[in-house]
Amino acid sequence: MEKLALSDEILLKIDKPARYIGNEINIVRKNPQNVAIRFAMCFPDVYEIGMSHLGIQILYDMFNQREDVYCERVYSPWVDLHKIMKEQRIPLFTLETQSPVKEMDFLGITIQYEMCYTNILQILDLSQIPLLAGERTEEDPIVIGGGPCTYNPEPLAEFFDLFYIGEGETQYDALFDLYQSIRRQGGARQEFLRAACKIPGIYVPSLYEVNYQEDGTIQSFTPKYEDVPPSVKKEIQMDLTNTFYPRKPLVPYIKATQDRVVLEIQRGCIRGCRFCQAGMIYRPTRERDVERLKTCAQEMLESSGHEEISLSSLSSSDYSKLPELINYLISFKEKGVNISLPSLRIDAFSLDVMSKVQDIRKSSLTFAPEAGSQRLRNVINKGLTEEIILEGAGLAFEGGWQKVKLYFMLGLPTETEEDRKEIPRLADKIARRYYEIPKDKRNGKCQITISTSFFVPKPFTPFQWAGMYPKEEYLARARVVNEEMKEQLNRKSLKYNWHEADVTVLEGVFARGDRRVGQVLLKAYEKGCIFDAWSEYFDNGKWMEAFQQCGVSIDFYNLRERSLDEILPWDFIDCGVSKSFLKREWHNALQETVTPNCKMQCNGCGAAQFQGGVCLEHQN
Amino acid sequence: MNIRIKFQKYGVMRFIGHLDMMRYFQKAIRRADIDIAYSEGYSPHQIMSFAAPLGVGVTSDGEYFDIRANSSHSSQKSIQALNEAMAEGISVLEYKLLPDTAKTSMSLVAAADYLIYTKPGYASLAETPEELQAKVQAFYEHQAEILIAKQTKKREITMDLKPLIYEMNALNLRSEETLSARKVKNPELLNACRKTGAEDDIPALFLKVCTGSADNVKPELVLEAFSNFHGLSLEMAGLQIHRLEVYAKADEIPVKGETERKSYENYLQKQKRIYQRQGIAFPEFVTLGELGKDI
Repeated sequence: MEKLALSDEILLKIDKPARYIGNEINIVRKNPQNVAIRFAMCFPDVYEIGMSHLGIQILYDMFNQREDVYCERVYSPWVDLHKIMKEQRIPLFTLETQSPVKEMDFLGITIQYEMCYTNILQILDLSQIPLLAGERTEEDPIVIGGGPCTYNPEPLAEFFDLFYIGEGETQYDALFDLYQSIRRQGGARQEFLRAACKIPGIYVPSLYEVNYQEDGTIQSFTPKYEDVPPSVKKEIQMDLTNTFYPRKPLVPYIKATQDRVVLEIQRGCIRGCRFCQAGMIYRPTRERDVERLKTCAQEMLESSGHEEISLSSLSSSDYSKLPELINYLISFKEKGVNISLPSLRIDAFSLDVMSKVQDIRKSSLTFAPEAGSQRLRNVINKGLTEEIILEGAGLAFEGGWQKVKLYFMLGLPTETEEDRKEIPRLADKIARRYYEIPKDKRNGKCQITISTSFFVPKPFTPFQWAGMYPKEEYLARARVVNEEMKEQLNRKSLKYNWHEADVTVLEGVFARGDRRVGQVLLKAYEKGCIFDAWSEYFDNGKWMEAFQQCGVSIDFYNLRERSLDEILPWDFIDCGVSKSFLKREWHNALQETVTPNCKMQCNGCGAAQFQGGVCLEHQN
Repeated sequence: MNIRIKFQKYGVMRFIGHLDMMRYFQKAIRRADIDIAYSEGYSPHQIMSFAAPLGVGVTSDGEYFDIRANSSHSSQKSIQALNEAMAEGISVLEYKLLPDTAKTSMSLVAAADYLIYTKPGYASLAETPEELQAKVQAFYEHQAEILIAKQTKKREITMDLKPLIYEMNALNLRSEETLSARKVKNPELLNACRKTGAEDDIPALFLKVCTGSADNVKPELVLEAFSNFHGLSLEMAGLQIHRLEVYAKADEIPVKGETERKSYENYLQKQKRIYQRQGIAFPEFVTLGELGKDI
């Protein structure tokens, strides 16, 4: 067995040593001496979170199918170990062979949410790799970023050698082949990066120059050399059936957030909610073949021994063969396999399924109207109406359910006080529907839980131009909801949860920031900010100091409504959905006009260029 | 049907805690396609119970858990299937059928054997096994009582460890005789002890201590008392604790139900007579595995 990177003394002192020892079921073992390329795949958060991420499992499986590549994993050391590693200068290591990350050819980091940005710096720092790409030498790994946040990679531009924009299945082979051929010829890092920028989907930030206008907006974003492409198009795997999917998922010893088999049934979403980035960047919607999914499910359950399976997609109810798939999965119940259902549209079918796999009295119904009033739901293009909600809830209440969870956003474009007040009113109407059931037929009180989050505009959505609000304004909006809730008839059956707004403000800056906010990240990390996604470690004071000391204005990034002709930091990326479509949708939002979903009609977003998925359904 | 499974745990798996080991085996049993029985209800769980939790960092050749199965292949086939589903560092050693009315291993646990030796790179327990044995004698045999302070939930109490330590002596792990007498199976430990070229003795402690829900003695507790008594500054992280075996009391009736108890009592009496006739003392303990039989 491999020697561990950490001593027994350390492992017995820290929390959950199993995070750092590897040796999981279905781990891939190779002799590093027999491969040409060593790749460290990183999720920059704690092991239990990182191990739950499907994307890494897909790429881990895919990379390791290549004989000349050994892909290993690395996650963020928790704060207890972080301190020890810093003090004793222990280099960060991979789980598989417990080798220093610095010895790898590549360090790939998946970037899933803005609040993990300081953890990326932690990974580089503990790996003893220079934080700034410009300071790295031939001895350092090539640092690659991927994942949804790379649709605006600019805040992280200084820290990465290259970004892979889009779905990983398609271009890594080309990247690895290029790396090998350049290495064989004795080529240097710079040479590789210069050649890599010509591979579709690859963005090498150091090969572009950004100039700013006096008002702080971008004046120009241009390649430094003639052979560097001016724009980067996202990569997409059009055939989701005949492609990579891990049949032997890694099984952690400690309980991961997703302690189950995850079956990705489709990518993309037909709905076109205007706030939703995933709904735009993963277009067009592509389904996986149901027969293939059944085989995958069975093989994964057998090879992992997991006792639960869940489906992954943006809007599972839109999967065309959902009843067939779920009925198949229910047959595993005899073997003690639970089915964890995704949020399904509440109708007779989903209630029937839920009653088979969950304890009705304990489970709750989930609705995500996102906005309280129909007017605002039209603005955000959320198709859910009050009628649908009350009908679904009514059906569920008659069937024995009594708990409902409602999710909303506050701070949406055009939102008024009246819109906010509609949130508790809608909850009250649902409660009234419950109490219409005769007393002897219902089971005590109902429980309606309202949760709100604050809206953060994201790149490549129709709301990418929208302004945000100061922190105090968000909290004031939550108070309006809370006050109005107290006015409701069924207030005793309602509960309201909302969060602090500090994180929202930071997410806003990093979601739509440019290269100049990178220095704030660096400063915040120097001040000790890590694990910002964990409220117990988030320190807003340090962040505010960092912004002030760097002279970077939060308001510039958050409060402005951007003009339609402004050059946005992410404009050089082509995500398949055209800017003119986004503009049209922004206009429709302000007009409160609803746009039909992709199955009802094609709205000409531009994704039809990929020649597949839902886009082809309209051609006949 | 009730099955008792014995396994060993070594290498990096020593860092997997007790609750995670339970989760590990739940999944391993499914991978090995053992026909385990599930409880009723919306979230059915496997009917499975572990004998005695093992601390993080401790290795073992004698871990037990019981399962209820609907049907079963032979012991040999089941052990093979389970071992194909194991991670490196866990091996299944026994798979035994128990009587239908068997008490759980957890309720039977009465004692456990441990080896304690020095990890490579740390200060040794003693220069020689003889030196260690002298220290053990002074500590264990020459003291009338071994008083220690123990922190309970409410207050600190003083307790006497001596009656709870059934055996304590020094060993030399370089000796093949010792290794086989103590039935050491941990492959990493065996490799280390058999390393050719090295001729030095490997002093180690052997402990048999009271274990179970009533008076559970962790070897760490004995080591601490031992260390304090001799004024040693033993570094706990440098000592490897290895559990060898877990026992039930030999004269405890391991089954429930009136007729079953009666027949077991008769069996016990017969056994005792056989021992008496041969002039051998009836053993105080039996391993948990000896209470079942191969299928």
